[in-house]
Amino acid sequence: MLGIVSRKVLGQSLGRIRPAVWALRNYSSAEKQMTVRDALNSALDEEMSADPKVFLMGEEVGEYQGAYKISKGLLEKYGPERVLDTPITEAGFTGIGVGAAYYGLKPVVEFMTFNFSMQAIDHIINSAAKSNYMSAGQISVPIVFRGPNGAAAGVGAQHSQCYAAWYGSCPGLKVLSPYSSEDARGLLKAAIRDPDPVIFLENELLYGESFPISAEVLDSSFCLPIGKAKIEREGRDVTITAFSKMVGFALKAADILAKDGISAEIINLRSIRPLDTPTINASVRKTNRLVTVEEGFPQHGVGAEICMAVVEESFGYLDAPVERIAGADVPMPYAANLERMAVPQIEDIVRAAKRACYRSTAMAATA
Amino acid sequence: MALSTSLRSNLIKPLTALTALSSTHHLRSPFSSSADDTTVLTIETSVPFIGHRCEPPSRNVETTPKEVLGFFRDMALMRRMEIASDSLYKSKLIRGFCHLYDGQEAVAVGMEAAITRRDCIITAYRDHCIYLGRGGTLFECFSELMGRQSGCSKGKGGSMHFYKKENGFYGGHGIVGAQIPLGCGLAFAQKYSKDETVTFAMYGDGAANQGQLFEALNMAALWDLPAILVCENNHYGMGTAEWRAAKSPAYYKRGDYVPGLKVDGMDVLAVKQACRFAKEHALKNGPIILEMDTYRYHGHSMSDPGSTYRTRDEISGVRQERDAIERVRKLILSHELSTEAELKSIEKEIRGQVDDAIARAKESPMPDPSELFTNVYVKGFGIEVAGADRKEVRGVLP
Repeated sequence: MLGIVSRKVLGQSLGRIRPAVWALRNYSSAEKQMTVRDALNSALDEEMSADPKVFLMGEEVGEYQGAYKISKGLLEKYGPERVLDTPITEAGFTGIGVGAAYYGLKPVVEFMTFNFSMQAIDHIINSAAKSNYMSAGQISVPIVFRGPNGAAAGVGAQHSQCYAAWYGSCPGLKVLSPYSSEDARGLLKAAIRDPDPVIFLENELLYGESFPISAEVLDSSFCLPIGKAKIEREGRDVTITAFSKMVGFALKAADILAKDGISAEIINLRSIRPLDTPTINASVRKTNRLVTVEEGFPQHGVGAEICMAVVEESFGYLDAPVERIAGADVPMPYAANLERMAVPQIEDIVRAAKRACYRSTAMAATA
Repeated sequence: MALSTSLRSNLIKPLTALTALSSTHHLRSPFSSSADDTTVLTIETSVPFIGHRCEPPSRNVETTPKEVLGFFRDMALMRRMEIASDSLYKSKLIRGFCHLYDGQEAVAVGMEAAITRRDCIITAYRDHCIYLGRGGTLFECFSELMGRQSGCSKGKGGSMHFYKKENGFYGGHGIVGAQIPLGCGLAFAQKYSKDETVTFAMYGDGAANQGQLFEALNMAALWDLPAILVCENNHYGMGTAEWRAAKSPAYYKRGDYVPGLKVDGMDVLAVKQACRFAKEHALKNGPIILEMDTYRYHGHSMSDPGSTYRTRDEISGVRQERDAIERVRKLILSHELSTEAELKSIEKEIRGQVDDAIARAKESPMPDPSELFTNVYVKGFGIEVAGADRKEVRGVLP
């Protein structure tokens, strides 16, 4: 109840704070820009301001201002009771966060990268995801687990894994992955307000990227729905699904494909679980061709699930086999040339789309 | 200061030993000291050891001029390598993460002096100097840092993943704390195989709070494993000071029922003494914890300036008062084991070696693209694997 009341007076109470506005980079009336970092920071700030039950915990989130500066300024603003620097003990502090959520608080637990979430995965799955079900609704877990996911640049095998497929397969969890600043703001706010455990997969390389942002998105009440994908670019010839950093690659691939007369429809998944299969299917029924793109390992990946969802609903509409672009099936190598081969590149997406459209001469050669 | 008064108080013994064993002009011909492996020097450590549930070893450490000069050379080489890596990172020849060890050299060097290559060492990601101490070459280090095929992990590991199994170095690990149970596992295997060797599992004050440490330590104690847990306490876990992360920062006591020893990690002779003591203990009585009081001059990694959570005065203070290399330099000069000029020439030689290794590493090739698919398995059954576009880049796992 308190949460709803405070949301109604949100506009007034936040009038003097206006964090989103002073995070802007340029003040021209034409188009405002915002980095993903500032989008996340402003979303955290606004949600903490709106609901005193929301608190942040993780390594270096307080005094250090955040390992990637996402929580900059929050300790100063909200104090050490609501912004907690933890020791380097993921299993322990994740368990503590989940316990706090059992009691009714709304923790935001930061993993410095999701690779370290593996130390805590028992609590995420067994203590958080399954609790509402096991207790027949008594113990809900309004917690958000957030942090960078996937490959960065040159950080090697233990620091580059994408966890979308693993968490995406688990009932009881909601799994989101933003691309743009609008996504970052809207989805993080939705995640914090959501009464269920949410895995929020960010991307380190996107933190510094700027995106245009509208006044509506800057409003503190802005929120995006969980479970809805966004059509970033409409097209007629082939559907390309992607999430997080790969959305940017897919959009660039679409530009290249357009020069060859192929009109690609780019779907930004935004939500890995629930997966927006209606939007994906509607798109495939329009274009008849599908390319799935992800950074993570191919086997049992997000693309594999999307392919099956489309085969189940829209098999008759497919004019070509579904193409899958994913990370290479190897631990992430360090050497720059090998790393480049291990992660999808724009040309891989272009090539796969052309194959789906039967425009690739290589296919004729192998046939 | 402490060093010279203790030297003066102990000087009588070593001096008479020296004059008894060697020529009258020994003290004035420093070049002969560099090969002197027979003269026994007894040097007092900077501070006494503090024991937890054990009788600490003596403060008087036996060494030889050759060993002491070797300490100087080894530590100076490690120092120079890390400083050179800083520049390479800034010129973007090293990518990703780079965690430098400068300041902590005495731990790596002192440990090696007490053990054999059949003993095992495992550590976290601040591993360049440990690798060097275990017999790795500068060329292999720099090649790996720059992602070349001549690197110790063929360019596939990077800064955090150096290994040298044939010399008992098991890496090189990126996940904080994970190396501790792994180290206890090595000790388990050593005992199982009746090798009469031990494992040194190294970790930082940040990792000291990890639950897996206590789980593994409990089993090591239950099963009397020859595991020595070495906490390199540089007082900061990334940006968090020890008092903000640990209710009890007396890491040598954290083993509770497991004995521990607190050691001045900036005093290479103290480190040597402690490791020798620990090895003897572990072979007879099971696990022991060594807390090395040390300091890193760089930030946590090259992405961390290291000055937002500690003062520049603190950093320069440690450099002036406790630097491990300076301590050994003073020891060498006050015992006349060598001259200022010779030490400077050693340092110049080291600079040349480092520059040469970097130049060769810069010229060496990147890994062949086929290496993308090698070493996934030992035995791959010939199964097919794919690159990002499975219809474009394919491989077979041998």
